[in-house]
This record gives sequence, structure tokens and C-alpha cells, in this order.
Amino acid sequence: MGIIKTAKLGFDYFKYDEDGNVQEMQRAVDDVNIDIREGEFVAVLGHNGSGKSTLAKHMNALLLPTEGTVWIDGMDTLKEPELWEIRRRAGMVFQNPDNQIIGSIVEEDVGFGPENMGIPTEDIWKRVEESLQKTGMSAYRAHSPNKLSGGQKQRVAIAGVMAMRPKCIVLDEPTAMLDPNGRREVLEAVRQLNKQEKVTVVLITHYMEEVIHADHVYVMDEGHVVLEGTPREIFSQVETLKKYRLDVPQVTLLAYELKKSGVDLPDGILTTEELVNILCQ
Amino acid sequence: MSIELKNVTYTYSPGTAYEIHALKDINLTIPDGQFIGIIGHTGSGKSTLIQHFNALIRPTSGKVLYNGEDVWEEHYNRKNLRSHVGLVFQYPEHQLFESDVLSDVCFGPMNQGLSREEAEEEARKALFQVGFREKNFKKSPFELSGGQKKRVAIAGVLAMNPEILILDEPTAGLDPKGRDDILDQIAELHSVRGITIVLVSHSMEDVAKYVERLIVVNKGELPFDGRPREVFSHYKELEKMGLAAPQITYIMHDLREKGLQVDPGATTVPEAREDILRALREAGSPLLKGGRTK
Amino acid sequence: MIRDITIGQYYPADSVIHRLDPRTKLAGTLVFIISIFLFHTLPGYAAATVFLAAVIRISKVPVKFIFKGLKAIFLILLITMVFNMLLTPGEELWRFGILRITREGISMAVRMAIRLVYLVVGSSLMTLTTTPNQLTDGLEKSLRPLNKIHVPVHEISMMMSIALRFIPILLEETDKIMKAQIARGADFESGNLIQKVKNMVPLLVPLFISAFRRANDLAMAMEARCYHGGEHRTQMKPLQYKKRDRLAYLALFLYLALAVLFRVLGI
Repeated sequence: MGIIKTAKLGFDYFKYDEDGNVQEMQRAVDDVNIDIREGEFVAVLGHNGSGKSTLAKHMNALLLPTEGTVWIDGMDTLKEPELWEIRRRAGMVFQNPDNQIIGSIVEEDVGFGPENMGIPTEDIWKRVEESLQKTGMSAYRAHSPNKLSGGQKQRVAIAGVMAMRPKCIVLDEPTAMLDPNGRREVLEAVRQLNKQEKVTVVLITHYMEEVIHADHVYVMDEGHVVLEGTPREIFSQVETLKKYRLDVPQVTLLAYELKKSGVDLPDGILTTEELVNILCQ
Repeated sequence: MSIELKNVTYTYSPGTAYEIHALKDINLTIPDGQFIGIIGHTGSGKSTLIQHFNALIRPTSGKVLYNGEDVWEEHYNRKNLRSHVGLVFQYPEHQLFESDVLSDVCFGPMNQGLSREEAEEEARKALFQVGFREKNFKKSPFELSGGQKKRVAIAGVLAMNPEILILDEPTAGLDPKGRDDILDQIAELHSVRGITIVLVSHSMEDVAKYVERLIVVNKGELPFDGRPREVFSHYKELEKMGLAAPQITYIMHDLREKGLQVDPGATTVPEAREDILRALREAGSPLLKGGRTK
Repeated sequence: MIRDITIGQYYPADSVIHRLDPRTKLAGTLVFIISIFLFHTLPGYAAATVFLAAVIRISKVPVKFIFKGLKAIFLILLITMVFNMLLTPGEELWRFGILRITREGISMAVRMAIRLVYLVVGSSLMTLTTTPNQLTDGLEKSLRPLNKIHVPVHEISMMMSIALRFIPILLEETDKIMKAQIARGADFESGNLIQKVKNMVPLLVPLFISAFRRANDLAMAMEARCYHGGEHRTQMKPLQYKKRDRLAYLALFLYLALAVLFRVLGI
């Protein structure tokens, strides 16, 4: 069993009327079976409203399944008496950088998680030091988060999660509110953590460029996992992705168009170098 | 109908330690009917720039002219100016406040002095123009999806019948389909209604696809202003400004460097496809054999 | 615009005052406030001035920065002064119709002004030199005895520190919403009072919705980081009295004694 596993996971959102009766029920996630191995970089793609955020919130026991089971590092999120242990092992970074920073100074915010876990003061400092270094934010430790750029704020949020020494980080559209430079900065930090610290990464996104380096990709639509595979396998299905309100990186699209016009190219070209090398061989 | 900026300088907190020159001696004309893109990284001054267009910000020095009239003259009606020059901000959440979509879109026209009935007519027109369905008119704007909220926000400004529509990152946070839909809708407003469009964007791919004129803002100055392919030919300088060119530009340059005689100025996928096919045919590439050639 | 309000915003600097335990600073602020109500003569005010000036000097916060914060209370100050000047009976100096200014009135007005200014400067000095988190930590620890009578001290202090963090964010957001609505022809300036209040609706609704949204997000983010109240929680920066705090308490004690002495002796 991998570090995150779901079996027949289903989740319903309820809408209540003023008297507290169920007015409407909506299935946000349906029959999802995924298995993420330790150390992997996994991406979950999907358009807005496809259920990908709902799935992400199950990986941190912020939501509990209506149906089926979620195991985090072998612990069933429904049965675990200590939710905190699950939340520690699978840390979570959210979309809006402003709405997840609690401390008014960078280092105090990074220390928030360890404080909640009851870590002794000296160790908190050690962890804060470490995580700031790993995310490249040491120089900003005494800054107010309000003075940082979007990308830097997200790195602080990542450092805050790292200070809890998680086995896995789930990032729920961490770049949706950032500009291209901020996006690159955050992605770089996440990839580094995955490579050097061997932290399992689950990246939820709808930016295709961010998925290229993932080990495994899940595509969601209407609460279901509709496609899964390596980025190359996924991106060779240009038309299918369009059907799910997604697209492919420009280079993949260009290669696809060229192929349609009769150029002999392989499927699922992901990078500029690949395409250029084949065309100029 | 044109906006003209003459030697516009804007300084935040002048005379203090926090003094920031957001705009430096800007000269710019926005004539009628263009589809303009503005790019620049966060903090480059582009937000400050567009807020000068509808007199939300008063320049520290220099003049802003609309149809030749100085908008900061003492008796100039700036409220009226804002109906001619519509500005839609990035987050629809910052302007939606009414209990249903139609009433919210009526807010602008009613501020122009129209009656509720007249305003509703304008609102309906505007909502249809952004592709919003009538069955959702009575929904609460807060229940809508991101893309739908964005449409309502644009309709809210469009209902005031502006001649110029400025959109600050209208695609932020939308998924690929949502993004393409909104941009197509905006392009349609330009081609069908003839509205001048100023589109602020972070996506080089989007501006390359849609705009006819591209303005680059960097450190409060406008280093480039021209057709997208001209501007993107300076991709090395753009990178130094924290910007980039569309991926296509890089592909074309790399291909050329490796010996395939393609046009490095191509910026969109269809352009690139045609040109690469031409170059491959001319070079007699083995990749074309067996495939059907157009 | 609204962002220019500096009253009480943390001013980062490396000074002894910044490094004092927040509890010491809380006590200091309290002592200072008591003292300005104890003093009521010129030598007394001189003593308070010397004390305040010394603390400002040591704190390394620029005087200009502190007094910029006073702009916010200027109107209140003016009204208080005018009322005191006109309404205090006593030896008449000048008269115009029913309005008259008395010697006692002027002296009362000046005294009130000094007290008010010192009150604001004294307490803003506290927030200028203490981060919101330290401040709430200090309050939490000072008020801990109230826990016994079931006052949720930890929760209250957590709420305060979050509120303080979000004030600048919400102010900036207010600015953006105003601009978005002005672009749609909204008017926040003209009209009578009722009209003005009505005109605020397009500003307040988006602001409240955003604030609720932020609160919701933040609660989730805190839960995701294992926050579950004050129990079993440790602190990254636990409060500990140092030698400088003991010295500061000594100075405060002497200052308070002086104030009491002045009062008793009627100086």
C-alpha cells in the first residue's frame, strides 16, 4: 500500500435549507481509487469544479469520506482517533497565500505547526531554521508576510508545512493566484523538496506546464478519475483533454498539429528540446 | 475617441522614505478601435498605468486627455468619463454585491441615471454579450463558478456602454477552457461591437493570440510598444524584465539555430505550424515522407 | 489613503525596548497612564515628558513616525480642547455673545490635550515596539489567572493576533473594492448621511463576504496544521523575564513612586 490510498472514495456536499433539512445533495467525488507511492511526484489535473480540491482535502482528513476509505500512511482517516497524526504526516498548502499564514512574522508562522504539536521550544527553533533553509526563505525570517510577493508567501506556507516533518505534501492549486514568476518559484521549491528531501508531493493544478515533470498524473472530471498515466501518456491525448476543459502545453499542441498535417512525429512531445531535436535530425 | 497620456509621472508617498516612482514620464496614445495588450511583471507599474486611463488615479505630474480634454481640469466630469472608459478589475469578488445577477449588472447603468427598467435593458444586453444565459439572471452572483462570476463582472461594466474596455487579468484563476471562452468573448466584443480593448495579461501565449498591439511596462517605463511579433523578437530583453516570449517563439528560434529555415517571428501555434511545414518541405525533410502533404 | 494610518503599527528596530518582555511593556504602559492622571502640575507634566522622551529615544522609533499616528486623533483632540475652553467656568478672558474663554478653561484644555496626546503616544509606543504576536502572548500570560473563572484567554488572544494580521490585508482590499465600484459609477462622497450609508452597501457586502471567506480558509489552514486550541501547545518564543526586565520594573516603580509623591505633596 502506498502512502496515500483511496478505495471507492465518494463524497457528497449537502446544501441545507433554513430549517436544517437537506435541500440538495451533490456528489463531488465518486468512486475514486488512487494509490500514491512514497517519494513520488503526483499531479492531479482537472478543470474548476471537477472535484480535485475535494479529493485533496481528503488527503489531510479535512474532509471525511461519505463512502469508501482513505488511508494515509496506512491510517484509515475515518477510524483514526488522532487526526493530528494524519495531518502531520500529510501537510497541506492552499490556494490563497494570504489566507493560510497565521503568524505576523515569517519565522513565527513557520513555528505554528510545531507549536501545535507540542514540540519543545529548542526543537521548534531547529525545525524552523531547517525548513526556512530548505525553501530558501531564511533571508526573510524576520519579515512581515504582508511585505512578501505571492511566490514568497507560498514558500513560507510550504516551510510551515515542512516544519511538521511530513512524509507527504498536498498542494491544492498553490499557483492559481500567482504570476508566472511566482509560479516558477513555487514549483521549483516543491520539486527540490521532492528530489532532495524525498517528500511525496501531490500537486493539484490546472496549469499544464506544471505537470510535465510529474511521475504520475491523474485527470479528474465530474468527480471521477478519467485518465491516469505518465505526463507523456496523458499529453498524447490532446482531444480527450480538450473534452475535459483542459489543454496541453504549446509545444505539445504544435507537435500534435504538425502530426495531423502529415509530419512523422511521436505522440506526447513535452519539451521544446524534444521537438527541435526531432525536427532537425 | 482616444486616451492620451502626456508626460505622466506617478509617485507613491512622495517626499517620504517610502517614495516609489510607479510611472516615469509616460507618453502614450490609445486610439479608437485597437485591441491592445499590456504585459509587465507584478510591481512593474501596469496597474497604476491602467488606473490613469479612467481617472482613478491622479498623475503626480503630466496630463491625461480624453478626446483632447484634460480629465483633471477642475470642472471635468470624471464620473461621466468612467462610463466611457470601463475598467474591470481582476477579482469579480471585489464588485459583486447584489442579491441577483441582473440587479448587480444594473448598478452601473443606474449610477448613470437610468431608471430601473432602462438599466435592466442595458444589463440584459450586456449579459447576453458576454454569453451569460437568461436562466441564471436571477441567481445569486455568489453561487456562480469562477468563469461565470467573471462574465457578470465584465457585464457590470459593459452595461454602461463604454467605448473603451480595460480588463485587468480577466483569466486569472480560470481553467484552460474558461480562459479561452472569456478571451474569445472579449475578442468578439472587439470585432462585433467595435469596442477598444485593453487587456492586461500575464500570459504571453494569450496576448500573442489576440492582440494587435502590445505594450510592455517595466519599472514604470514603456520599453516596448508595437506588434506582438516585433515585441517578442526582443525576448532576451523581456527575460531580463522578468517576462518571457510565448513558447512558440523559443521553439522557432531553436529550430533556426539548429538549421531549419523557419520564420522566428511566428508567435502562435497556427502560424508556427504553417511555417514549419513550409520549411520542412523546402528542406526535403524525411519526416514528411509517407505523410500526406498539404 | 486608508493605508497611511500608522497608529500602533509595529516598527521593526533593534532596541532594548523592543527586546523587553511584552508583560513588562504592558505594565509600563499601565504605569504611564496612571501617572499622567496623577500628575496635574507643570513639574509633574515635565516629569512625564522626560520619561516619555527617554523611552522614545531608547526605542529608536523615529519621532516623526510616532506623531504621524496622532493625525488620526487630531479631530477628537480639537473638539475636546474647544469644549473645555468654552465650558469651564472661571476668570473671564474673552467674551463673544454667550461664548467665553476663561483662564481655567485654557489651563484645563491644555491639560486635557497633554493627557490625550500622552495617552495615545504612550500606548502606541507599546504597539510600535511589540509585534502583535508578542503582544497577545503577553496578554495571554498576564491574563492567565482569568482561566480559572472560565475566561477563554488563549482563544481571545489568538483571535486578537489574527485580527491584527488581517487588518492591513482588509484595508488594502477595501481600497480595491472602492476603486472597482467607483469604476462602475459609485459615489462614496456626496449625499447626506443616510444617502452616504446607503452608498456604502456596494463596498461593505463584498468586504464582509471576503472576510468570511478568509476566516473560513484560515480556519481550515489552521486545522491542517494541527491547531486544536491551547492545550498541549508549546511556544516557539516563550516569555521569560530577563535582567533588563527587572531593571525596567525598578525604573517603573521609581517613576510611579515619584508620581504618587508629587500627588501627595501637591506639587
